[in-house]
Amino acid sequence: MSRRARLALFLPAALVLAVGLLWSFADLPPFGHYSGIYGIVLGHVAVAQREATNVVSAVTFDYRGVDTLGEEFILFAAAVGSAILLRAQRGEDAAGAAAERSDRRADVVARPVRALGAALVAPTIVLGAYIIAHGQLTPGGGFQGGVILASAAVLVYASGQYLAVRVVRGVAPIEIADALGAAGFALIAVGGLVFGLAALHNFLGYGISGSLFSAGIIPLANVAVGVEVAGGVTLIVAEFLDQALMRRRSG
Amino acid sequence: MSVFPYIVAGWLLLVGLWGIVTSRHLVHLVICLSVMQSSTYVLLLAVGYRHGAKAPIFADIPSGTQVVDPVVQALTLTDVVVEATVAALLLALAVQAQKRFGTVDPDELGALRG
Repeated sequence: MSRRARLALFLPAALVLAVGLLWSFADLPPFGHYSGIYGIVLGHVAVAQREATNVVSAVTFDYRGVDTLGEEFILFAAAVGSAILLRAQRGEDAAGAAAERSDRRADVVARPVRALGAALVAPTIVLGAYIIAHGQLTPGGGFQGGVILASAAVLVYASGQYLAVRVVRGVAPIEIADALGAAGFALIAVGGLVFGLAALHNFLGYGISGSLFSAGIIPLANVAVGVEVAGGVTLIVAEFLDQALMRRRSG
Repeated sequence: MSVFPYIVAGWLLLVGLWGIVTSRHLVHLVICLSVMQSSTYVLLLAVGYRHGAKAPIFADIPSGTQVVDPVVQALTLTDVVVEATVAALLLALAVQAQKRFGTVDPDELGALRG
């Protein structure tokens, strides 16, 4: 189809869509006057029922945990899919050559960049762990903290130590982390069944709200998701970096 | 303007769709898809907003305080994660397209395969 024909087809359709959207927006409750019952109820009962002060976490990992289970496997499948696609045309020798090449790269990266990158790795890991551990208390949780942990691996790369990333990566560890995180959350989900309750039932003691070990399975689920996200994102980033290094080598 | 945030969401959806339809580069296409998906974040958060309400974190506010809807915020979190992973997968496909067909122009890709 020519571009002109495609536009001619798109514009009327977009117009209809725009009119439909406007029409439906007119019937939404006015902005700032939310009146949905679920949000209001959860705002009142979440702390009392689950001892979790971060209600968003309580919804994500407890009340609507089944959504998160699905989301988590989307993440897992996408990470594995990206890795398979990017590895499809790459032999192990090519990857080795890329690593060799990056050894020389270590000399190319400016010293201040390397120093700053290396200095930021440890604080980034601590921050990621903190965000994961306090997921049920304050804004944060497994997804956010996991991405922060993955960015620590990127910092290692930015400071020119791609070899170190390879050792950390070494094919296995981050993939195992990815799989363990996914399996961990699935196990937590079936944990309720073990105790004769429903799947994803919050089967642990709730503790006292505001303490690190409160809200039952929510912190555990945060850790599982954090490990999985850190592994998955690092895997995706590492595969794309391999591609970039191979390109530079051949180009 | 009580519908303004909704209009922004609709605009993001349409402008992203426009970008996808007219795209000449697969990476550009993936970014346009991200723009489209960000319209859902705006819409969800706008639907759950209440004037004068606090964030649904009771770490430092007394219980019983009016808060914005935590359900749509959790949905937005799901949305962001799915969007990021889908973008990664599509970018990996774009890399494959470049390797296999030597082009990332969606129009030429169709011609090559047809």
